[in-house]
Amino acid sequence: MKSYALFQKDFHSELRTRYAINSLAMFIIVAISVILFSIGNENISPSLTGGLFWVVIFFSAMSGLSRAFVSEEERGTSLTLQLIASPATVFTGKLLFNMILVFLMNIVITLLYSMLFAEFIIQNYLLFFLTFVLGNIGIAISSTLIAAIIAKAGSKGTLYPVLSFPILLPLILTSVQLTSFSIDGIPISEAVFELAIVLCYDIIMISAAYMLFDFIWKD
Amino acid sequence: MIWKIFLFLLLCFVSVAGIAFPIVQSPKEWYEFPFIVGLEQNAKIIFFHVPTAWLTVVAFLMSTVFSVQYLRTKNLDYDAKSYAAAQLGMIFCILATVTGSVWSKFAWGSFWSWDPRQTSIFALLLIYGAWFALRSAIESEDKKATLSSVYSIIAFLTVPFFIFIMPRIMTGLHPGSADDTNAGPIVDFKMNSSMQLIFFLSMIGFTILYFWMWNLGYKSIILSEKINKQLTRG
Repeated sequence: MKSYALFQKDFHSELRTRYAINSLAMFIIVAISVILFSIGNENISPSLTGGLFWVVIFFSAMSGLSRAFVSEEERGTSLTLQLIASPATVFTGKLLFNMILVFLMNIVITLLYSMLFAEFIIQNYLLFFLTFVLGNIGIAISSTLIAAIIAKAGSKGTLYPVLSFPILLPLILTSVQLTSFSIDGIPISEAVFELAIVLCYDIIMISAAYMLFDFIWKD
Repeated sequence: MIWKIFLFLLLCFVSVAGIAFPIVQSPKEWYEFPFIVGLEQNAKIIFFHVPTAWLTVVAFLMSTVFSVQYLRTKNLDYDAKSYAAAQLGMIFCILATVTGSVWSKFAWGSFWSWDPRQTSIFALLLIYGAWFALRSAIESEDKKATLSSVYSIIAFLTVPFFIFIMPRIMTGLHPGSADDTNAGPIVDFKMNSSMQLIFFLSMIGFTILYFWMWNLGYKSIILSEKINKQLTRG
């Protein structure tokens, strides 16, 4: 239950400063409006909106999710955390926090996106929902692990998307494909293989994260 | 010393044979390659492009194995070995990308067309780039070794997705893709014995070359660290 206490600590400190939420919200608006400006009056194909949807998600995730560990290093509280909790507990707490942040962020993105893009029409809602949930879990796991590496590397902000992109690439490529499937209204039975890839990715990454986090966290 | 001369002769033979042996409709002599529909004269790149792509993956594998060893033993020697392997991997990765895209200009009509194989070699290039960026960002030796080891293990976990899954589910142009009807898995069926012989000789030659280069790279890293230590001591 220690990890839940850790999550609560992060949650309260986030409510007090609202740093991550504010910057994420602004980033989402900026990213979507940049896409809208660059499209202008052009007619874009529905499958292109599916790809752009994941572009917005990726860059928004990169702007906000590194806070989880970087803030600990900035405040100098990571040594205390090392004393009071085991690495797995710390990781679980941070992962919970990031998971909720990713889900909130992506629900907002999806709502805004479907309001602002007329072409973004989902025909197979269940497939889109599954993609959304599995994709978000994958993004949360990988970005939390990379955030820990970044925080220990001296919180180099520019390095975060550079390191995360190759790790997230299989997930994003498959999710883009699944999103275009759900826009085309392809039944789930034909997308089982792609869903299995995303599920495998989540499982592989979470097991690797728990195995490797000890090495990152202990100095 | 003898094996170096042997390697030199082997690679000379492979280069000359790979470039100069003719491709004919029905091979009769031992030095004639078969005509593969859809590849034609372009098929000859297999002797140079496939070994570089193979060594990219071998170097990545070695780098990851030494990273695991480092995390288990915390011996900086393994980190130097992993670094030497990754350096070579980067070189071979660039070579594979460049030879592949020059070839695709002639075979497919454009330098880059986001074929699944091109996507996966691009991802490998990104991984190597990110790995070196991470290493250059950290000052402390131990921290550098630990964090880059962890990163190389995580990155290695994504490689099966690129190499084994993506090319098989996505339609592609590369020989051996999911919907490849004319060239098919060339290595198994369409190559005659002489082409296979030269192909495998080339693989062996390049692999020996890689291990030699890796050994030299590792030794030079160790020596430069020694010299650095002597200089800092005064």
